[in-house]
Amino acid sequence: MADIEDARVEDAGIDQAVDKLEPARIEAVIRRVLGAGCGARLKVYLQTCVHCGLCADACHTYLSRDRDPDFAPVAKVKETIWEMVKRQGRVSPEFIKKCARIAYTECGACRRCSMYCPFGIDIAYLIMLVRRICALLGVVPVYLQDTVNSHAATSNQMWVQPDDWIDTLIWQEEDAADELEGVRIPLDREGADIMYSVIAPEPKILAQLIANMAVIMKVAGVDWTMPSLDGWDNSNMAMYSGDFEVMGRVERLHWERALQLKVKRVVMGECGHAYRGAVYDGPKWLGWSKPPIPMVHAVEFYYELLREGRIKIARKIKEPVTVQDPCNIVRGRGLHHKLRYIINELCEDFRDVSPRFEHNYCCAAGGGVINCGPPWKLSRLKSNRVKAEQLAATDAHLVVTPCHNCHSGIEDIIGYYGLGMHVTFINELLVKCMDRGDGSGEVER
Amino acid sequence: MSGIDGWNWDAGERRVVELGVLSSFEQVHEFAVSPDGEKLAVPVVEEPGQVRVWQNGELWSEAVERAWSLRFLPDGRLVALVRVDDSWTVAVDGQRWEDEFEFAWNLKFSANGRSLAVQVKRGMKYGLVIDGRDWGAEFISMRDFALSPDGKRAAALVQVEQLAEADIFKFAEGVWSVAVDGQPWERRFINVYSPVFSPDGQHVAAEVRLDMFEYSIAEDGRPWDAVFGTSWAPCYRSNGKGIIAPVRTPEGWALVENGKPVWQGRYSQMWHQRLAPDGQRLAAVVSTAYGRWTVAVDDRPWPRTFSDVVLAPRFSPDGGRVVALARDQGSWLVVVNGQPWPGRFDMAWEPEFSPDGRHLAAKVERDGKFQVVIDGHPLPRSFDMLWSPRFSPQGDKLLVRAVEEGVYKRLVLGLEQLARA
Amino acid sequence: MELLVTVCAWLGLGVLLLGVTGRLLWAWRAARIEGSVLPVMSARYGLRSLVHWLLPLSTRNQRLHPVVTLVSYLFHLCLLLAPLLVAGHVELWRQRWGFGWPTLPDPVIDVMTLVVMVAVLFFLLRRLAAPEVRNVTGWKEYLLLMVVVAPFVTGIIAHLHLLDYRLVMVLHIVSGTLWLVLIPFSWLSHMFWFFFTRSYMGSEFGAVRNARDW
Repeated sequence: MADIEDARVEDAGIDQAVDKLEPARIEAVIRRVLGAGCGARLKVYLQTCVHCGLCADACHTYLSRDRDPDFAPVAKVKETIWEMVKRQGRVSPEFIKKCARIAYTECGACRRCSMYCPFGIDIAYLIMLVRRICALLGVVPVYLQDTVNSHAATSNQMWVQPDDWIDTLIWQEEDAADELEGVRIPLDREGADIMYSVIAPEPKILAQLIANMAVIMKVAGVDWTMPSLDGWDNSNMAMYSGDFEVMGRVERLHWERALQLKVKRVVMGECGHAYRGAVYDGPKWLGWSKPPIPMVHAVEFYYELLREGRIKIARKIKEPVTVQDPCNIVRGRGLHHKLRYIINELCEDFRDVSPRFEHNYCCAAGGGVINCGPPWKLSRLKSNRVKAEQLAATDAHLVVTPCHNCHSGIEDIIGYYGLGMHVTFINELLVKCMDRGDGSGEVER
Repeated sequence: MSGIDGWNWDAGERRVVELGVLSSFEQVHEFAVSPDGEKLAVPVVEEPGQVRVWQNGELWSEAVERAWSLRFLPDGRLVALVRVDDSWTVAVDGQRWEDEFEFAWNLKFSANGRSLAVQVKRGMKYGLVIDGRDWGAEFISMRDFALSPDGKRAAALVQVEQLAEADIFKFAEGVWSVAVDGQPWERRFINVYSPVFSPDGQHVAAEVRLDMFEYSIAEDGRPWDAVFGTSWAPCYRSNGKGIIAPVRTPEGWALVENGKPVWQGRYSQMWHQRLAPDGQRLAAVVSTAYGRWTVAVDDRPWPRTFSDVVLAPRFSPDGGRVVALARDQGSWLVVVNGQPWPGRFDMAWEPEFSPDGRHLAAKVERDGKFQVVIDGHPLPRSFDMLWSPRFSPQGDKLLVRAVEEGVYKRLVLGLEQLARA
Repeated sequence: MELLVTVCAWLGLGVLLLGVTGRLLWAWRAARIEGSVLPVMSARYGLRSLVHWLLPLSTRNQRLHPVVTLVSYLFHLCLLLAPLLVAGHVELWRQRWGFGWPTLPDPVIDVMTLVVMVAVLFFLLRRLAAPEVRNVTGWKEYLLLMVVVAPFVTGIIAHLHLLDYRLVMVLHIVSGTLWLVLIPFSWLSHMFWFFFTRSYMGSEFGAVRNARDW
């Protein structure tokens, strides 16, 4: 049974759009999406699925909701795209409303289920097709759509004004320079080795992370820059709403900015979906089989700095620490071993999760789910009891979450299930633990 | 300062300024070099919160709290964005504009360098200032702008109506427009992108988003009849009569002029269309298949494709050749008429044609050192820093601006001499 | 009877062969249109994934479901081998084409047939009992299970001469043909799609995303 509370959630972005839907338009849109360019994979997947239900155990929503069969990945496909195909697009507005709820709020496109399907059917891809259809019909959760609108208008996720961006960097540079002499955030430094890009929540609400990075760059002696103009934000919620035109525009600007600055690679902050958008989905839609220049996730970057001895650790975190493997950099990039290398360098008492690596449970926040906002928060929390149990079993005090969505999602779960833990980015631990070479450093925790 | 004809084109090498003295400053920021190569400037930090611009050993008389975006204009003037007493303004050759702003950023200038514009914020509203003349108009937001070819006019992407938090419905009605000289187009759009002036500066075209999934090109606020899946930046024909843009159609990316196909080919991707000096021929970056990139000239893609990226093509002054930078399998190539120059580089900068179109030179980087490559042949000498080379008006000499062993040097090389060597 | 065998064999094998070829050609064309599918395919990572998913209990999900895994393996093994290695079938082939191949003794085939039947019963019960499976099970699923098991049931009944031999043989031939004919046109096509979907996912995980998919 679908959760009654979830079905009753009011979301203007979905409800008002559904009220205006005409069946003819629904049919036309579905036929267009399913007909064009997605023939091979979609049809083969639909023919291959034997309805065995073995994907069920992959999904955190299914496991968290007492194995409710409606939350199994295959059920989400059955309730949405199977019907669309079977009825050749002749479905009702109410049906589209249900599709939007399932596709946007009950699946984070984390792709764990494609590792559990014996045939490797990419169920998240099928769900993304449903999202595309919903987006074309204008049926998108209001907060998610607002984020997409921000991307479309400002190229960043949180309506950050152009001057606020630059001002924040200057302010963070000044803060960082108070901590360590000579720290800079070089703006538009053409020909630097690295362009550093972040997601908009950093300048908006977590600006300290940028100052931390400036300190890390200084200590490691990196030749880096940040762009002053739009294109600095590497995040992309349009990828998750199904507005691929906006997704492509955002990603193109990000890469054009890097190419203009003549950097050799782009290093990005601790975010998972942004990695996916900038490395896979964005480039793919634009025609690139890989990013035009390499993109290095913060986890890879820190690993490189530690491994090469460009950063040395002066003191370690003593309290017990565990980790959240973000889907987009673990299933999406295989960074789990590097992640653990970093944590073991920084922490004395690391307690791993189980299951882990590619098999780790999703945070239930990624894939645009947390961006669906307050109306869907309770549903999201109910959908991740299994994560709370997994974390609780480690008895750790600190959860390392090298991804913004994971960070916020896990923080919510910790609160809701009363786990008494804290979340942290690696960046925050690194500035505490590293040898700054100036005799300073923080008091041991 | 006189134009390029007035520069010193006497062959030879000159040590312009020693950079060792800069080590006495607490911080030295990004260098800028004048087009004629006579001057090198850089913001230097004397102590926290006290920054001056250093030029050929001289300091600007006034210290500021911050200075960035330092650059020489094509006419040789030196500009920077500076902060004094928490207010921002523009400084030209050390003289600050009288007006001060809460913030000022995104400096742009005309091709001749005589005109200078900057985005500003005042009282939480956004505006634009050209050569010290304030638009007066104030907007809720302004993302970017374009200058007319003569630099006298500007067109900016502006938000003309306030949007409540998460008001997706008003957003869909359209709250964005293009403001030309401070006056927004009457029509509003969901989004507006990439404004561009006609060559005579009388008209403005831009990408417009008419519905959530319908894009078109508008001129002076009037969209084409044709709508597309999406689009990229438009450009004008040199006669100002035609507007050309890549657009996405169900069959692939197409190049259209005033809404009608100008090329028959459909591509996996297309952008950066450029017109030849004759205003007729067209070149654009295209993707011919997933992950394969090249340049198409008049709808004919170069046979050779590249794996990573191809940058905007450029026609030679005589229109006979097209050059583009390409990244392939992790390294950069300079590609002329589809044929890469020998050698792969860690980085390459936009090449420049000699005025007669016979020669082509580019700055490239290999193993952390910089070199000049002329017509495919790298000069033997490599530098610690280098700025893109410039040809003399006759195309017989090359100006090289470089840093070597802690000295900023200005070199004028005779091409015949080089050919013999 | 002989005519029926000939007609059904040609029909069954012919439709199977043409159907599968047609499907593969269509998929090849569609994949080319989709553009991003074929460049991703990697022999190394595709095979890596296939090997892992073909070895019992080498993937986490197989270990989470040991009984289903075991039954599935035995089922598929017997399902594919028994019809190929039963003496009766090979003999028919030899009479028609003049050559054959080694066979398994009848008692072994009987056991294999029994395994298929028990496995189908297991799948049937699983579809009825496990909520996450019942939820996505419709008449098609039950029908296909019946189609799959029918040739085995009729085969063993015929072999043991339990009912009217002639009738049972007709049913055996017809159901076997139906089985073959339905392969390209139902989810029985997972029989050949498996190799493509699995190796695509293996390639995407391995070659593109540097991760494992098992």
